[in-house]
Amino acid sequence: MSEQILKVEELNVYYGMIQALRGISFEVNRGEIVSLIGANGAGKTTTLHTITGLIHPKSGHVSYKGQDITHIPAHKIVGMGMVHVPEGRRIFQGLSVYDNLLLGSYSRKDKEEIKRNMELVLTQFPRLAERKNQLAGTLSGGEQQMLAMGRALLSNPELIVLDEPSMGLSPLLVGEVFEIIKSFREAGKTVLLVEQNAKKALAISDRAYVLENGVITMSGKAAELADDERVRKAYLGA
Amino acid sequence: MNFLTALFNGLSSGGTYAIIAIGYTMVYGIAKMLNFAHGDIIMAGGYAMFTTLLLVGHPIPALCVAVAFCVALGVFVERFAYRPLRGASPLAVLITAIGVSSLLQSLAQIIFGAGSKMPLQLQVSGALKLGAFSIHYNTLITLAVTVVLMVALTLFVKYSKVGRAMVAVSEDRGAAQLMGVNTNAIIAVTFGIGSALAAVAAYLMLMKAPSLTNTLGAMPGIKAFTAAVIGGIGSVPGAMLGGILLGVIECVSLSIPAIAPFTDAIEFAVLIVILLVKPAGLLGKARREKV
Repeated sequence: MSEQILKVEELNVYYGMIQALRGISFEVNRGEIVSLIGANGAGKTTTLHTITGLIHPKSGHVSYKGQDITHIPAHKIVGMGMVHVPEGRRIFQGLSVYDNLLLGSYSRKDKEEIKRNMELVLTQFPRLAERKNQLAGTLSGGEQQMLAMGRALLSNPELIVLDEPSMGLSPLLVGEVFEIIKSFREAGKTVLLVEQNAKKALAISDRAYVLENGVITMSGKAAELADDERVRKAYLGA
Repeated sequence: MNFLTALFNGLSSGGTYAIIAIGYTMVYGIAKMLNFAHGDIIMAGGYAMFTTLLLVGHPIPALCVAVAFCVALGVFVERFAYRPLRGASPLAVLITAIGVSSLLQSLAQIIFGAGSKMPLQLQVSGALKLGAFSIHYNTLITLAVTVVLMVALTLFVKYSKVGRAMVAVSEDRGAAQLMGVNTNAIIAVTFGIGSALAAVAAYLMLMKAPSLTNTLGAMPGIKAFTAAVIGGIGSVPGAMLGGILLGVIECVSLSIPAIAPFTDAIEFAVLIVILLVKPAGLLGKARREKV
Protein backbone atom coordinates (compact mmCIF):
# COMPACT_ATOMS: atom_id res chain seq x y z
CA MET A 1 0.00 0.00 0.00
CA SER A 2 2.72 2.44 0.86
CA GLU A 3 4.88 1.83 -2.20
CA GLN A 4 5.72 5.17 -3.76
CA ILE A 5 4.73 5.46 -7.42
CA LEU A 6 5.40 9.17 -7.93
CA LYS A 7 7.81 11.41 -6.08
CA VAL A 8 8.19 15.13 -6.70
CA GLU A 9 11.16 16.86 -5.08
CA GLU A 10 11.85 20.59 -4.78
CA LEU A 11 10.35 21.58 -8.13
CA ASN A 12 11.08 25.11 -9.29
CA VAL A 13 9.32 26.06 -12.52
CA TYR A 14 9.49 29.38 -14.30
CA TYR A 15 7.49 30.92 -17.15
CA GLY A 16 10.07 33.38 -18.43
CA MET A 17 10.87 35.58 -15.43
CA ILE A 18 7.85 34.51 -13.43
CA GLN A 19 8.24 31.69 -10.96
CA ALA A 20 5.18 29.44 -10.99
CA LEU A 21 6.32 26.70 -8.62
CA ARG A 22 8.54 27.35 -5.60
CA GLY A 23 10.19 24.22 -4.33
CA ILE A 24 7.24 21.87 -4.37
CA SER A 25 7.62 18.35 -2.96
CA PHE A 26 5.03 15.63 -2.57
CA GLU A 27 4.48 11.98 -3.26
CA VAL A 28 1.76 9.62 -4.42
CA ASN A 29 1.57 6.02 -3.24
CA ARG A 30 0.32 3.14 -5.32
CA GLY A 31 -3.45 2.65 -5.11
CA GLU A 32 -4.19 6.11 -3.68
CA ILE A 33 -6.29 8.98 -4.91
CA VAL A 34 -4.31 12.13 -4.11
CA SER A 35 -5.74 15.61 -4.71
CA LEU A 36 -4.03 18.91 -5.29
CA ILE A 37 -6.37 21.71 -4.36
CA GLY A 38 -5.87 25.42 -4.61
CA ALA A 39 -7.14 28.61 -6.20
CA ASN A 40 -6.79 29.60 -9.86
CA GLY A 41 -3.18 30.37 -10.65
CA ALA A 42 -1.83 28.51 -7.62
CA GLY A 43 0.24 26.27 -9.90
CA LYS A 44 -1.84 23.09 -10.03
CA THR A 45 -1.84 22.68 -13.81
CA THR A 46 1.82 23.72 -13.98
CA THR A 47 2.61 20.94 -11.51
CA LEU A 48 0.83 18.36 -13.66
CA HIS A 49 2.47 19.63 -16.85
CA THR A 50 5.89 19.32 -15.22
CA ILE A 51 5.19 15.80 -14.01
CA THR A 52 4.15 14.54 -17.45
CA GLY A 53 6.95 16.32 -19.28
CA LEU A 54 5.04 19.02 -21.17
CA ILE A 55 7.25 21.58 -19.45
CA HIS A 56 10.57 21.10 -17.73
CA PRO A 57 11.57 22.54 -14.37
CA LYS A 58 14.53 24.81 -13.73
CA SER A 59 15.47 22.61 -10.81
CA GLY A 60 14.09 19.70 -8.85
CA HIS A 61 13.18 16.15 -9.73
CA VAL A 62 10.22 14.04 -10.69
CA SER A 63 10.58 10.30 -10.30
CA TYR A 64 8.12 7.68 -11.38
CA LYS A 65 8.44 4.13 -10.06
CA GLY A 66 11.91 4.99 -8.83
CA GLN A 67 13.14 6.31 -12.16
CA ASP A 68 14.07 9.96 -12.70
CA ILE A 69 11.75 11.26 -15.45
CA THR A 70 12.39 14.99 -14.99
CA HIS A 71 13.79 15.46 -18.48
CA ILE A 72 11.96 12.74 -20.37
CA PRO A 73 9.74 14.23 -23.11
CA ALA A 74 5.96 13.93 -22.70
CA HIS A 75 5.44 11.45 -25.54
CA LYS A 76 7.68 8.87 -23.89
CA ILE A 77 6.01 9.04 -20.50
CA VAL A 78 2.66 7.52 -21.56
CA GLY A 79 4.40 4.31 -22.52
CA MET A 80 5.86 4.10 -19.00
CA GLY A 81 2.38 3.83 -17.49
CA MET A 82 1.51 7.41 -16.52
CA VAL A 83 -1.22 9.15 -18.49
CA HIS A 84 -2.37 12.76 -18.28
CA VAL A 85 -5.99 13.77 -18.98
CA PRO A 86 -5.56 17.48 -19.67
CA GLU A 87 -7.72 20.37 -18.58
CA GLY A 88 -10.48 21.10 -21.07
CA ARG A 89 -10.45 17.43 -22.19
CA ARG A 90 -8.66 18.25 -25.47
CA ILE A 91 -10.16 15.42 -27.45
CA PHE A 92 -9.52 15.40 -31.20
CA GLN A 93 -12.72 16.92 -32.53
CA GLY A 94 -12.16 16.05 -36.18
CA LEU A 95 -11.62 12.35 -35.48
CA SER A 96 -14.26 9.77 -34.66
CA VAL A 97 -14.82 8.64 -31.08
CA TYR A 98 -13.25 5.31 -31.98
CA ASP A 99 -10.15 6.93 -33.52
CA ASN A 100 -9.76 9.08 -30.41
CA LEU A 101 -9.78 5.95 -28.27
CA LEU A 102 -7.29 4.27 -30.61
CA LEU A 103 -4.94 7.23 -30.24
CA GLY A 104 -5.00 6.55 -26.52
CA SER A 105 -3.26 3.26 -27.27
CA TYR A 106 -0.71 4.89 -29.60
CA SER A 107 2.35 3.96 -27.56
CA ARG A 108 1.35 0.29 -27.20
CA LYS A 109 2.15 -2.59 -29.50
CA ASP A 110 0.22 -5.46 -27.89
CA LYS A 111 -2.66 -5.60 -30.40
CA GLU A 112 -4.67 -8.30 -28.63
CA GLU A 113 -4.48 -6.50 -25.31
CA ILE A 114 -5.49 -3.21 -26.93
CA LYS A 115 -8.55 -4.93 -28.37
CA ARG A 116 -9.52 -6.30 -24.96
CA ASN A 117 -8.91 -2.90 -23.40
CA MET A 118 -11.09 -1.26 -26.07
CA GLU A 119 -13.97 -3.62 -25.32
CA LEU A 120 -13.67 -2.94 -21.60
CA VAL A 121 -13.74 0.82 -22.13
CA LEU A 122 -16.72 0.59 -24.48
CA THR A 123 -18.56 -1.50 -21.87
CA GLN A 124 -17.70 0.94 -19.10
CA PHE A 125 -18.83 3.91 -21.21
CA PRO A 126 -21.88 2.69 -23.18
CA ARG A 127 -22.55 6.17 -24.54
CA LEU A 128 -19.18 6.15 -26.26
CA ALA A 129 -20.01 2.75 -27.76
CA GLU A 130 -23.27 4.15 -29.17
CA ARG A 131 -21.41 7.07 -30.70
CA LYS A 132 -18.34 5.15 -31.81
CA ASN A 133 -18.34 6.38 -35.40
CA GLN A 134 -19.48 9.92 -34.67
CA LEU A 135 -17.01 12.81 -34.85
CA ALA A 136 -15.80 13.52 -31.33
CA GLY A 137 -16.53 17.23 -31.76
CA THR A 138 -20.26 16.45 -31.89
CA LEU A 139 -20.30 14.98 -28.37
CA SER A 140 -21.73 16.85 -25.39
CA GLY A 141 -19.36 18.15 -22.72
CA GLY A 142 -20.04 15.21 -20.43
CA GLU A 143 -19.50 12.70 -23.21
CA GLN A 144 -16.27 14.45 -24.17
CA GLN A 145 -15.01 14.05 -20.60
CA MET A 146 -15.92 10.34 -20.73
CA LEU A 147 -14.02 10.10 -24.00
CA ALA A 148 -10.97 11.83 -22.54
CA MET A 149 -10.98 9.39 -19.62
CA GLY A 150 -11.68 6.37 -21.83
CA ARG A 151 -8.87 7.43 -24.14
CA ALA A 152 -6.52 7.61 -21.15
CA LEU A 153 -7.55 4.12 -20.03
CA LEU A 154 -6.54 2.76 -23.44
CA SER A 155 -2.92 3.49 -22.62
CA ASN A 156 -3.33 0.89 -19.85
CA PRO A 157 -2.01 3.27 -17.19
CA GLU A 158 -0.92 2.60 -13.64
CA LEU A 159 -1.09 6.27 -12.67
CA ILE A 160 -3.80 8.57 -14.08
CA VAL A 161 -3.26 12.31 -13.78
CA LEU A 162 -6.55 14.22 -14.06
CA ASP A 163 -6.74 17.99 -14.53
CA GLU A 164 -10.13 19.52 -13.66
CA PRO A 165 -12.23 16.61 -14.89
CA SER A 166 -15.51 18.09 -13.62
CA MET A 167 -15.01 21.56 -15.11
CA GLY A 168 -18.04 22.90 -16.96
CA LEU A 169 -20.25 19.89 -16.28
CA SER A 170 -23.76 19.79 -14.81
CA PRO A 171 -24.04 18.65 -11.16
CA LEU A 172 -25.42 15.28 -12.27
CA LEU A 173 -22.44 14.65 -14.55
CA VAL A 174 -20.01 15.90 -11.92
CA GLY A 175 -21.26 13.12 -9.67
CA GLU A 176 -20.80 10.62 -12.46
CA VAL A 177 -17.23 11.78 -13.13
CA PHE A 178 -16.29 11.34 -9.48
CA GLU A 179 -17.82 7.85 -9.47
CA ILE A 180 -15.61 7.01 -12.45
CA ILE A 181 -12.53 8.30 -10.65
CA LYS A 182 -13.38 6.07 -7.69
CA SER A 183 -13.74 3.16 -10.09
CA PHE A 184 -10.16 3.77 -11.27
CA ARG A 185 -8.92 3.16 -7.74
CA GLU A 186 -11.10 0.05 -7.44
CA ALA A 187 -9.47 -1.22 -10.64
CA GLY A 188 -6.10 -0.93 -8.91
CA LYS A 189 -4.99 2.28 -10.55
CA THR A 190 -3.48 5.29 -8.83
CA VAL A 191 -4.94 8.78 -9.34
CA LEU A 192 -3.46 12.25 -9.00
CA LEU A 193 -6.34 14.70 -9.17
CA VAL A 194 -6.48 18.45 -9.60
CA GLU A 195 -9.92 19.93 -8.95
CA GLN A 196 -11.67 23.25 -8.44
CA ASN A 197 -14.43 21.32 -6.73
CA ALA A 198 -12.40 20.82 -3.55
CA LYS A 199 -15.31 19.44 -1.56
CA LYS A 200 -15.99 16.55 -3.92
CA ALA A 201 -12.28 15.97 -4.50
CA LEU A 202 -11.55 15.67 -0.78
CA ALA A 203 -14.55 13.38 -0.35
CA ILE A 204 -13.08 10.71 -2.65
CA SER A 205 -9.37 11.26 -1.95
CA ASP A 206 -7.09 9.44 0.46
CA ARG A 207 -4.70 12.34 0.87
CA ALA A 208 -4.46 15.91 -0.38
CA TYR A 209 -2.09 18.82 -0.73
CA VAL A 210 -3.06 22.49 -0.69
CA LEU A 211 -1.21 24.66 -3.15
CA GLU A 212 -1.00 28.44 -2.75
CA ASN A 213 1.05 30.72 -5.02
CA GLY A 214 3.35 27.91 -6.06
CA VAL A 215 3.97 26.61 -2.53
CA ILE A 216 2.43 23.65 -0.71
CA THR A 217 0.95 25.11 2.45
CA MET A 218 -0.91 22.14 3.89
CA SER A 219 -0.99 18.42 3.44
CA GLY A 220 -2.52 15.42 5.09
CA LYS A 221 -5.36 12.92 5.07
CA ALA A 222 -8.21 14.19 2.90
CA ALA A 223 -10.78 13.74 5.64
CA GLU A 224 -8.68 15.75 8.11
CA LEU A 225 -8.11 18.56 5.62
CA ALA A 226 -11.84 18.68 4.90
CA ASP A 227 -12.38 19.38 8.62
CA ASP A 228 -9.61 21.98 8.88
CA GLU A 229 -10.93 25.46 9.59
CA ARG A 230 -8.62 27.23 7.10
CA VAL A 231 -9.37 24.79 4.27
CA ARG A 232 -13.09 25.05 4.94
CA LYS A 233 -12.97 28.81 4.80
CA ALA A 234 -10.78 29.14 1.73
CA TYR A 235 -11.91 26.24 -0.46
CA LEU A 236 -15.10 24.67 0.79
CA GLY A 237 -17.14 27.83 1.14
CA ALA A 238 -18.13 27.12 4.72
CA MET B 1 -14.86 20.36 -78.52
CA ASN B 2 -12.36 23.11 -77.92
CA PHE B 3 -13.91 23.72 -74.53
CA LEU B 4 -13.83 20.02 -73.70
CA THR B 5 -10.12 19.82 -74.55
CA ALA B 6 -9.47 22.87 -72.39
CA LEU B 7 -11.42 21.26 -69.58
CA PHE B 8 -9.35 18.08 -69.74
CA ASN B 9 -6.12 20.03 -69.87
CA GLY B 10 -7.40 22.01 -66.90
CA LEU B 11 -8.12 18.86 -64.93
CA SER B 12 -4.65 17.62 -65.64
CA SER B 13 -2.70 20.77 -64.82
CA GLY B 14 -5.06 21.17 -61.87
CA GLY B 15 -4.00 17.71 -60.77
CA THR B 16 -0.38 18.84 -60.74
CA TYR B 17 -1.31 21.92 -58.72
CA ALA B 18 -3.25 19.70 -56.33
CA ILE B 19 -0.25 17.40 -55.82
CA ILE B 20 1.93 20.41 -54.97
CA ALA B 21 -0.79 22.10 -52.91
CA ILE B 22 -1.05 19.04 -50.67
CA GLY B 23 2.58 19.59 -49.69
CA TYR B 24 1.82 23.14 -48.58
CA THR B 25 -1.40 22.31 -46.84
CA MET B 26 -0.18 19.24 -44.91
CA VAL B 27 2.90 21.05 -43.66
CA TYR B 28 0.76 24.03 -42.69
CA GLY B 29 -1.78 21.84 -40.93
CA ILE B 30 0.75 19.82 -38.98
CA ALA B 31 3.79 22.05 -38.47
CA LYS B 32 1.76 25.31 -38.54
CA MET B 33 4.18 26.95 -40.96
CA LEU B 34 4.20 28.06 -44.59
CA ASN B 35 7.03 26.25 -46.29
CA PHE B 36 7.83 28.68 -49.08
CA ALA B 37 10.74 26.49 -50.15
CA HIS B 38 8.27 23.78 -51.23
CA GLY B 39 8.36 24.92 -54.87
CA ASP B 40 12.13 24.61 -54.86
CA ILE B 41 11.92 21.02 -53.72
CA ILE B 42 10.13 20.44 -57.04
CA MET B 43 13.05 22.09 -58.83
CA ALA B 44 15.55 19.97 -56.91
CA GLY B 45 13.57 16.89 -57.93
CA GLY B 46 13.79 18.07 -61.54
CA TYR B 47 17.59 18.25 -61.39
CA ALA B 48 17.80 14.87 -59.62
CA MET B 49 15.76 13.45 -62.48
CA PHE B 50 17.86 15.19 -65.13
CA THR B 51 21.10 13.88 -63.61
CA THR B 52 19.80 10.32 -63.39
CA LEU B 53 18.63 10.51 -67.00
CA LEU B 54 22.16 11.50 -68.06
CA LEU B 55 23.52 8.43 -66.29
CA VAL B 56 20.78 5.85 -66.89
CA GLY B 57 18.63 7.27 -69.66
CA HIS B 58 15.34 5.82 -68.48
CA PRO B 59 12.53 7.84 -66.88
CA ILE B 60 11.41 5.32 -64.21
CA PRO B 61 14.71 5.13 -62.29
CA ALA B 62 14.92 8.91 -62.70
CA LEU B 63 11.57 9.29 -60.96
CA CYS B 64 12.61 6.92 -58.16
CA VAL B 65 15.89 8.77 -57.58
CA ALA B 66 14.04 12.10 -57.61
CA VAL B 67 11.49 10.91 -55.05
CA ALA B 68 14.24 9.58 -52.76
CA PHE B 69 16.30 12.74 -53.17
CA CYS B 70 13.35 15.06 -52.48
CA VAL B 71 12.29 13.10 -49.39
CA ALA B 72 15.84 13.31 -48.03
CA LEU B 73 16.09 17.01 -48.88
CA GLY B 74 12.70 17.86 -47.39
CA VAL B 75 13.43 16.02 -44.14
CA PHE B 76 16.93 17.54 -44.01
CA VAL B 77 15.60 21.09 -44.45
CA GLU B 78 12.97 20.51 -41.77
CA ARG B 79 15.52 19.07 -39.35
CA PHE B 80 18.17 21.74 -39.72
CA ALA B 81 16.32 24.89 -40.82
CA TYR B 82 12.84 24.67 -39.29
CA ARG B 83 13.04 22.42 -36.23
CA PRO B 84 15.47 24.70 -34.36
CA LEU B 85 12.84 27.44 -34.77
CA ARG B 86 9.95 25.47 -33.32
CA GLY B 87 8.22 27.79 -30.91
CA ALA B 88 9.84 30.87 -32.47
CA SER B 89 7.67 33.60 -33.99
CA PRO B 90 5.90 32.61 -37.24
CA LEU B 91 7.63 35.51 -38.96
CA ALA B 92 11.10 34.08 -38.21
CA VAL B 93 10.05 30.71 -39.65
CA LEU B 94 8.55 32.35 -42.74
CA ILE B 95 11.71 34.32 -43.45
CA THR B 96 13.81 31.20 -42.94
CA ALA B 97 11.64 29.40 -45.49
CA ILE B 98 12.18 32.20 -48.00
CA GLY B 99 15.92 31.98 -47.24
CA VAL B 100 15.93 28.22 -47.86
CA SER B 101 14.10 28.87 -51.13
CA SER B 102 16.75 31.25 -52.48
CA LEU B 103 19.52 29.04 -51.12
CA LEU B 104 18.23 26.05 -53.09
CA GLN B 105 17.77 28.14 -56.24
CA SER B 106 21.29 29.55 -55.99
CA LEU B 107 22.81 26.14 -55.33
CA ALA B 108 21.07 24.75 -58.41
CA GLN B 109 22.37 27.61 -60.50
CA ILE B 110 25.93 27.15 -59.23
CA ILE B 111 25.87 23.41 -59.87
CA PHE B 112 23.93 23.23 -63.14
CA GLY B 113 24.36 26.72 -64.62
CA ALA B 114 21.69 29.21 -65.57
CA GLY B 115 20.78 27.71 -68.94
CA SER B 116 17.72 25.56 -69.29
CA LYS B 117 18.16 21.78 -69.38
CA MET B 118 16.03 19.58 -71.61
CA PRO B 119 15.23 16.17 -70.12
CA LEU B 120 13.56 15.08 -73.38
CA GLN B 121 13.41 11.41 -72.35
CA LEU B 122 10.47 12.26 -70.10
CA GLN B 123 8.27 13.23 -73.01
CA VAL B 124 5.41 11.06 -74.10
CA SER B 125 4.14 11.61 -77.60
CA GLY B 126 0.79 10.85 -79.16
CA ALA B 127 -2.80 11.40 -78.24
CA LEU B 128 -5.96 9.45 -77.69
CA LYS B 129 -8.36 10.29 -80.55
CA LEU B 130 -12.11 9.92 -80.27
CA GLY B 131 -13.51 11.37 -83.47
CA ALA B 132 -12.74 15.07 -83.58
CA PHE B 133 -11.82 15.05 -79.92
CA SER B 134 -8.27 14.20 -78.85
CA ILE B 135 -6.53 14.10 -75.50
CA HIS B 136 -2.77 14.03 -75.26
CA TYR B 137 -1.34 11.02 -73.42
CA ASN B 138 0.45 13.47 -71.10
CA THR B 139 -2.91 14.67 -69.92
CA LEU B 140 -4.22 11.17 -69.31
CA ILE B 141 -1.09 10.08 -67.43
CA THR B 142 -1.25 13.18 -65.24
CA LEU B 143 -4.92 12.59 -64.48
CA ALA B 144 -4.35 8.95 -63.61
CA VAL B 145 -1.36 9.70 -61.37
CA THR B 146 -3.30 12.45 -59.61
CA VAL B 147 -6.30 10.24 -58.91
CA VAL B 148 -4.16 7.36 -57.63
CA LEU B 149 -2.12 9.63 -55.34
CA MET B 150 -5.20 11.41 -53.96
CA VAL B 151 -6.95 8.14 -53.16
CA ALA B 152 -3.83 6.62 -51.61
CA LEU B 153 -3.16 9.69 -49.48
CA THR B 154 -6.77 9.92 -48.31
CA LEU B 155 -6.75 6.26 -47.27
CA PHE B 156 -3.38 6.69 -45.55
CA VAL B 157 -4.52 9.67 -43.48
CA LYS B 158 -7.83 8.05 -42.59
CA TYR B 159 -6.86 4.50 -41.79
CA SER B 160 -3.20 4.28 -40.82
CA LYS B 161 -1.83 4.81 -37.34
CA VAL B 162 0.57 7.48 -38.60
CA GLY B 163 -2.29 9.16 -40.47
CA ARG B 164 -4.38 9.35 -37.31
CA ALA B 165 -1.38 10.77 -35.45
CA MET B 166 -1.01 13.40 -38.20
CA VAL B 167 -4.60 14.54 -37.72
CA ALA B 168 -4.07 14.58 -33.96
CA VAL B 169 -0.91 16.69 -34.20
CA SER B 170 -2.59 19.12 -36.58
CA GLU B 171 -5.51 19.57 -34.16
CA ASP B 172 -3.66 19.77 -30.86
CA ARG B 173 0.07 19.18 -30.64
CA GLY B 174 0.17 19.08 -26.84
CA ALA B 175 -2.69 16.59 -26.53
CA ALA B 176 -1.08 14.42 -29.23
CA GLN B 177 2.13 14.32 -27.16
CA LEU B 178 0.12 13.20 -24.16
CA MET B 179 -1.12 10.26 -26.26
CA GLY B 180 2.51 9.25 -26.84
CA VAL B 181 2.84 10.77 -30.31
CA ASN B 182 6.38 11.96 -31.09
CA THR B 183 5.41 15.20 -32.80
CA ASN B 184 8.87 15.82 -34.27
CA ALA B 185 8.76 12.45 -36.01
CA ILE B 186 5.26 13.13 -37.35
CA ILE B 187 6.34 16.53 -38.68
CA ALA B 188 9.34 14.90 -40.39
CA VAL B 189 7.05 12.29 -41.99
CA THR B 190 4.81 15.10 -43.22
CA PHE B 191 7.73 16.88 -44.86
CA GLY B 192 8.76 13.56 -46.40
CA ILE B 193 5.32 12.95 -47.91
CA GLY B 194 5.04 16.51 -49.23
CA SER B 195 8.50 16.28 -50.79
CA ALA B 196 7.79 12.92 -52.42
CA LEU B 197 4.70 14.48 -53.99
CA ALA B 198 6.84 17.43 -55.14
CA ALA B 199 9.12 15.00 -56.98
CA VAL B 200 6.13 13.46 -58.75
CA ALA B 201 4.94 16.96 -59.66
CA ALA B 202 8.38 17.70 -61.15
CA TYR B 203 8.04 14.60 -63.33
CA LEU B 204 4.56 15.57 -64.54
CA MET B 205 5.64 19.14 -65.30
CA LEU B 206 8.79 18.15 -67.20
CA MET B 207 6.85 15.49 -69.10
CA LYS B 208 4.61 18.23 -70.45
CA ALA B 209 7.24 20.93 -70.93
CA PRO B 210 10.81 19.62 -70.81
CA SER B 211 12.56 22.81 -69.87
CA LEU B 212 14.36 22.79 -66.54
CA THR B 213 15.77 25.90 -64.85
CA ASN B 214 16.42 26.77 -61.23
CA THR B 215 13.08 28.57 -61.06
CA LEU B 216 11.06 25.59 -62.26
CA GLY B 217 9.13 25.44 -58.99
CA ALA B 218 8.65 29.15 -58.41
CA MET B 219 5.45 29.94 -60.32
CA PRO B 220 3.79 26.52 -59.88
CA GLY B 221 4.67 26.84 -56.20
CA ILE B 222 2.84 30.15 -55.90
CA LYS B 223 -0.10 28.85 -57.92
CA ALA B 224 -0.34 25.71 -55.79
CA PHE B 225 -0.11 27.80 -52.63
CA THR B 226 -3.01 29.86 -54.01
CA ALA B 227 -4.87 26.62 -54.65
CA ALA B 228 -4.26 25.49 -51.08
CA VAL B 229 -5.60 28.78 -49.74
CA ILE B 230 -8.64 28.64 -52.05
CA GLY B 231 -9.44 25.15 -50.78
CA GLY B 232 -8.77 26.08 -47.17
CA ILE B 233 -5.19 25.85 -45.95
CA GLY B 234 -4.69 22.87 -43.67
CA SER B 235 -7.33 20.77 -45.43
CA VAL B 236 -6.14 17.96 -47.71
CA PRO B 237 -9.45 17.61 -49.63
CA GLY B 238 -9.42 21.42 -49.87
CA ALA B 239 -6.00 21.37 -51.56
CA MET B 240 -7.26 18.78 -54.03
CA LEU B 241 -10.36 20.81 -54.84
CA GLY B 242 -8.48 24.12 -54.98
CA GLY B 243 -5.81 22.68 -57.27
CA ILE B 244 -8.29 21.19 -59.73
CA LEU B 245 -10.39 24.38 -59.68
CA LEU B 246 -7.39 26.58 -60.36
CA GLY B 247 -6.16 24.35 -63.19
CA VAL B 248 -9.54 24.33 -64.89
CA ILE B 249 -9.93 28.12 -64.59
CA GLU B 250 -6.43 28.54 -65.98
CA CYS B 251 -6.86 26.29 -69.02
CA VAL B 252 -10.36 27.44 -69.89
CA SER B 253 -9.20 31.05 -69.66
CA LEU B 254 -6.15 30.29 -71.83
CA SER B 255 -8.41 28.73 -74.48
CA ILE B 256 -10.44 31.91 -74.92
CA PRO B 257 -8.29 34.35 -76.95
CA ALA B 258 -9.98 37.49 -75.64
CA ILE B 259 -9.08 36.80 -72.00
CA ALA B 260 -6.04 34.55 -72.39
CA PRO B 261 -3.47 37.31 -71.65
CA PHE B 262 -5.15 37.99 -68.31
CA THR B 263 -5.13 34.39 -67.10
CA ASP B 264 -2.84 34.89 -64.10
CA ALA B 265 -4.80 37.97 -63.07
CA ILE B 266 -8.05 36.02 -63.31
CA GLU B 267 -6.67 33.21 -61.14
CA PHE B 268 -5.55 35.52 -58.36
CA ALA B 269 -8.82 37.49 -58.66
CA VAL B 270 -10.69 34.23 -58.02
CA LEU B 271 -8.58 33.78 -54.88
CA ILE B 272 -9.51 37.24 -53.65
CA VAL B 273 -13.22 36.75 -54.33
CA ILE B 274 -13.29 33.36 -52.61
CA LEU B 275 -11.45 34.72 -49.58
CA LEU B 276 -13.91 37.64 -49.38
CA VAL B 277 -16.86 35.26 -49.36
CA LYS B 278 -15.29 32.41 -47.37
CA PRO B 279 -12.26 33.69 -45.45
CA ALA B 280 -11.26 30.16 -44.38
CA GLY B 281 -11.31 28.86 -47.97
CA LEU B 282 -13.80 26.50 -49.59
CA LEU B 283 -13.33 23.52 -47.25
CA GLY B 284 -11.40 25.24 -44.48
CA LYS B 285 -12.83 25.24 -41.02
CA ALA B 286 -13.35 28.59 -39.40
CA ARG B 287 -11.51 28.48 -36.08
CA ARG B 288 -13.96 27.76 -33.35
CA GLU B 289 -13.27 29.03 -29.88
CA LYS B 290 -13.17 26.24 -27.34
CA VAL B 291 -15.74 26.65 -24.61
